[in-house]
Amino acid sequence: MPRIVVDVMPKPEILDPQGKAIAGALPRLGLTGFSAVRQGKRFELTVDGDVTPEVLEQARTAAATVLSNPVIEDVTRVEVIPEA
Amino acid sequence: MTVSPSAAAEQKKFRIDTVEHAAATPGTELPWAELGLKEDEFNRVVEILGRRPTAAELAMYSVMWSEHCSYKSSKVHLKQFGEKVTDKMKEHLLVGIGENAGVVDIGEGWAVTFKVESHNHPSFVEPYQGAATGVGGIVRDIISMGARPVAVMDPLRFGAIDHPDTARLVHGIVSGIGGYGNSLGLPNIGGELVFDSVYQGNPLVNALAVGVLRHEDIRLANASGAGNKVVLFGARTGGDGIGGASVLASESFDATKPSKRPAVQVGDPFAEKVLIECCLELFKSSVVEGIQDLGAAGISCATSELASNGDGGMHVELTNVLLRDPTLTPGEILMSESQERMMAVVTPENADAFEAIMAKWNVEYSWLGEVTDTGRLIIDWAGETIVDVDPRTVAHEGPVYQRPMARPAAQDSIEANSFNAERPFGSAAVKDAILELMASPNMCDKSWVTNQYDRYVQGNTALAMPDDAGVIRVDETTGLGVAISTDANGRYSYLNPYEGAKLALAESYRNVSTAGATPLAVTDCLNFGSPEDPGVMWQFAESVRGLADGCRELGVPVTGGNVSLYNQTGGVAIHPTPVVGVLGVFDDVARRTPSGWRQDGQAIYLMGTTQDELDGSEYANLRGHLGGKPPKVDLQAEKLLGELLVNASRDGMIDAAHDVSEGGLAAALSEMALRFGVGARIGLGEVCERDGVDLFTLLFSESQARAVVAVARSEEVRFKDMCSARGFAHARIGVVDTEIGALDFQSNFVLPLDELKAAHEGTLPRHFG
Repeated sequence: MPRIVVDVMPKPEILDPQGKAIAGALPRLGLTGFSAVRQGKRFELTVDGDVTPEVLEQARTAAATVLSNPVIEDVTRVEVIPEA
Repeated sequence: MTVSPSAAAEQKKFRIDTVEHAAATPGTELPWAELGLKEDEFNRVVEILGRRPTAAELAMYSVMWSEHCSYKSSKVHLKQFGEKVTDKMKEHLLVGIGENAGVVDIGEGWAVTFKVESHNHPSFVEPYQGAATGVGGIVRDIISMGARPVAVMDPLRFGAIDHPDTARLVHGIVSGIGGYGNSLGLPNIGGELVFDSVYQGNPLVNALAVGVLRHEDIRLANASGAGNKVVLFGARTGGDGIGGASVLASESFDATKPSKRPAVQVGDPFAEKVLIECCLELFKSSVVEGIQDLGAAGISCATSELASNGDGGMHVELTNVLLRDPTLTPGEILMSESQERMMAVVTPENADAFEAIMAKWNVEYSWLGEVTDTGRLIIDWAGETIVDVDPRTVAHEGPVYQRPMARPAAQDSIEANSFNAERPFGSAAVKDAILELMASPNMCDKSWVTNQYDRYVQGNTALAMPDDAGVIRVDETTGLGVAISTDANGRYSYLNPYEGAKLALAESYRNVSTAGATPLAVTDCLNFGSPEDPGVMWQFAESVRGLADGCRELGVPVTGGNVSLYNQTGGVAIHPTPVVGVLGVFDDVARRTPSGWRQDGQAIYLMGTTQDELDGSEYANLRGHLGGKPPKVDLQAEKLLGELLVNASRDGMIDAAHDVSEGGLAAALSEMALRFGVGARIGLGEVCERDGVDLFTLLFSESQARAVVAVARSEEVRFKDMCSARGFAHARIGVVDTEIGALDFQSNFVLPLDELKAAHEGTLPRHFG
């Protein structure tokens, strides 16, 4: 069954304490090649049947209203992944 | 993201508006209106500078002259807190109004600092982060006085409990407070929870913090000693909360202008925890001369306040500020309200010691510049001067308004509209009314909220919600400690703002003394609607006058606090809500008085008398009525009651005490029984006869200066003698009974505790899950 992937990231100007904590942990493990980390989240919405434009629109609405907090987060991707 | 300061400067993505450039281009259009300045205010800036301000100067003036930072509408009234203070009241005051927080001497070389602030507007926009950063901000105020924060409290007010938007706000705000406070490891020892539709579009999120310090540890926010270095440390500066103070907290919400909602701040409690420990070590090692937290108005506020409170000058290089976002303009850097930042003044000799402490705690810092004696605050951007101002004009000499005020025409008809609905009569009706009252949103059990807060972490909490006051032990060897309560009744204040403020003070004072502590000092958070509405301004002025008069009469000074205006949506203001926090001191918290009885056979006394005062009461609220006159306030009686309660606690006469306030005697008795699940036999006939009221009125009237106490049999004579000697009305109204599991209102009805508990505890979980 096809899935719609939604990626959500904290807005660039917003502090990301989790990303900051990871950025602090990496060098302690000897992984020194990174200057910053931002942590977002990924949702997978499974669709029964075809991904019609209506379904995709619903996914966009869900992404903007439920899956993200528009005050502090941006939806960076809403994309269909075809059946494996 | 990590961009070195010099690289940021080199990027020069924007043309820099220098002082020189500003002087040469007087005709440039500036967005002063968008930044919240009024035309005459902008003209005054031009007059002060003798030229147009640069973009950076405009940013500074606009945030610092905002209502939130400058108190321009409230200043003329707040003066009374200073004017109405006597020397006697200042006896225990080490630091008064005007600093980050007041400091009170509690004896044995210990001092306590406490303050309550609002975070109403951000919490409506983004409930979790808004409430969380409210806790973070007030905690930093406490740190900047040199104290270790030891507890927080949160008075909260929401719209109607069944409104669809209320659940969003309750969930977000309560978990934000818990998430931040619990992560910091600070106990949340009390507060308030009120539901009223007037707060629908404007919830009130007030945050109080209390800190403990030794007398010699007091630190003030000033930059003295030319040549001393200025350092910014803690979190990096990002683009969050830009203009939060000037725009968000200084104007009413208006659905037509959603773009006026700037990004809110996101807090990091773990960074704040490190900052607390780091600051305390700085204080202990005496390496900082002055310190200031960064809250509303960020670097604009910190630089101008530090400079104008000290030798008057400062010269900083803004490109030295460590940024999270290298694209920020100088104006944005000056206005950013990024959390978990502090600014300090350090002598050159101590710079190495300062850096060592930063390294130990892994806290980032950057040297921004130095203190000067020029009387100018000069801020450079890559060597070019972009700000050159007298810091006093930014921080202290902002606009002051004598706003027009007028008693609303409707006030007379409000006062005339007394509660005269049919009163429940007969045993069954009164019993049902008690159950309805105790299940109502404002009187129900609050543990759904308080259970999300850590109340006992650090092991010094002696009392917390649902007791009358939060009690914290300060000294583990002697038991020295403090009690704090916050109270306000918006409905009383709506009926009569002058009396309402006194009533809020009286209740808070009573709660502290009920716990057994001697009240010492006051902090306040004055939440009102728009100051541009003469009716609201009248409410504000009356409230301040009432609170200042009340404080003088009780002999407790206001040590600091906060004013939150523009709490209104669509032209409708909230009820005037002056939240009053009273702090009291205990010689030994071991003798604290809990709010529930436990010992079988102890006598239950009602102290004080009851009049027919149902206007503005919780019962009237249940019937949807708001009108008439609030209960009469008698501060001399409150003072006497307070002394009696503290004496009774000190001499071991009472084992339980609870104040009678919202919900009247019915609520007081119910809460005392439910506290430890112990019933009592109650007889009210004699008191009804003495006071000339019927059973319903005795139970539901909200007459002031009353308390219920449980007295050991062996102490009864002593207790009665004490009350009689001071001429304070008291009556034995019952006996604690550990067997019956009910409140047995003799010759009337029996109220099983199971039934009462189910009604009392069911409400919040039913609405919020």
